[in-house]
Amino acid sequence: MSINRRQFLRRAGIVTALGLGGSFVINAAGSKLAEAAAESTYGTSTQGLAAKHWAMVVDMSKFKSKDDFKRVSQACDLIHNVPDIGNTKDEIKWIWEDDYEHTFSGGENEYLTESFKELPFVVMCNHCENPPCVKACPTGATFKRPDGIVDMDYHRCIGCRFCMGACPFSARSFNFRNPRPFIKENNPDYPTRTQGVVEKCIFCVERLAKGQKPACVEVSKGGLIFGDLDDPNSEVRKIISSKFTIRRKAELGTQPSVYYLVGGGEHA
Amino acid sequence: MYKGGKIIASLIIFVAFLTFPFFYNMGKVNAGPENLDSNIKLTANTQCVEPASFMRANHMQLLNDWRQAYVRDGKTVYTNSQGKKFEINLDTCIKCHSTGAASNTAGVSNPALNTTGSSKTLASNSDQFCVSCHNYASVELTCWSCHSEPGGATK
Repeated sequence: MSINRRQFLRRAGIVTALGLGGSFVINAAGSKLAEAAAESTYGTSTQGLAAKHWAMVVDMSKFKSKDDFKRVSQACDLIHNVPDIGNTKDEIKWIWEDDYEHTFSGGENEYLTESFKELPFVVMCNHCENPPCVKACPTGATFKRPDGIVDMDYHRCIGCRFCMGACPFSARSFNFRNPRPFIKENNPDYPTRTQGVVEKCIFCVERLAKGQKPACVEVSKGGLIFGDLDDPNSEVRKIISSKFTIRRKAELGTQPSVYYLVGGGEHA
Repeated sequence: MYKGGKIIASLIIFVAFLTFPFFYNMGKVNAGPENLDSNIKLTANTQCVEPASFMRANHMQLLNDWRQAYVRDGKTVYTNSQGKKFEINLDTCIKCHSTGAASNTAGVSNPALNTTGSSKTLASNSDQFCVSCHNYASVELTCWSCHSEPGGATK
């Protein structure tokens, strides 16, 4: 039972080659299965709303009290399972209220009318044309859709929070805690998030795909107007091109798609 | 061969040690994943998105493609190799592949878990479709830490 080194290596080589041959057979069977689904295609739903550039107009004459604002924010929280954690340190904000001074920082006027100082300005993600968050995101979790909506892919978010640092509007929230225990009424049609994921307003892309307008727009009683900015016949475009609107921190050049109609109503 | 006897003997011991698990389990019946068929809800149209053989081997790839199409490309309709159209949604799968037995009253429920708030699926004894196979294959799935089950959605 004496074999020399050369014989031993040769026999070992043959055994290895046989083992490799086996895996080729398995791979070939797998690729046949894959061919079965090659003919499948992906498409868009015919009932979905489409636009070249979605934009929102906030008509401040319709937001007179806290209740006007609450109706809007509650509709959003309910439909998107936004948790109410109860402290500002951990809070998750999709659409929230701020005062004039902070919403339009740098442009405040010392002798601004009292009503404006107290108005709850509705604030959300601005869905900028030049979104700094998209540039900052290293994984592509934040991305700009062709219709102008800056969307989040929560699956890809690694929680680095570069986007939060890049966003000049503080429109993004980080889940420091598991949000599920803090959701009062769960909407099973929309996923929740997990700890360590950044989230924000996404202009209700899931509702647009079904042909519905964003949830906040539906309950705003005309306070929020949503439409295609590139369409000259849309209500949004008509307001913006005929009335005086302002945008948040326009000097930064991010080109927000949320316009505030401040001169409407009695202030005209 | 120099010290040939010792080398060959050591090799035999090494190979025996390496293959011990195979010989140890030889002849023992492998039951396989349980509850697979009993966890498919029979509806008027029980045809799967793609043929079962394809789904068994490639459902993870298909789910990845669906995620890419829906979230990033805005495509919400999937036309399969037979020309049949499906809505791209986890609910499309779960409508059939869940007995709904795992629904609970806490709000967010998890077809793969039977419990809420935990991300551990492998330790689960759920009779649900996904978990029956995934426990067997020891592959942890994280879908249900965000998505909810259809029983809740249809309530």
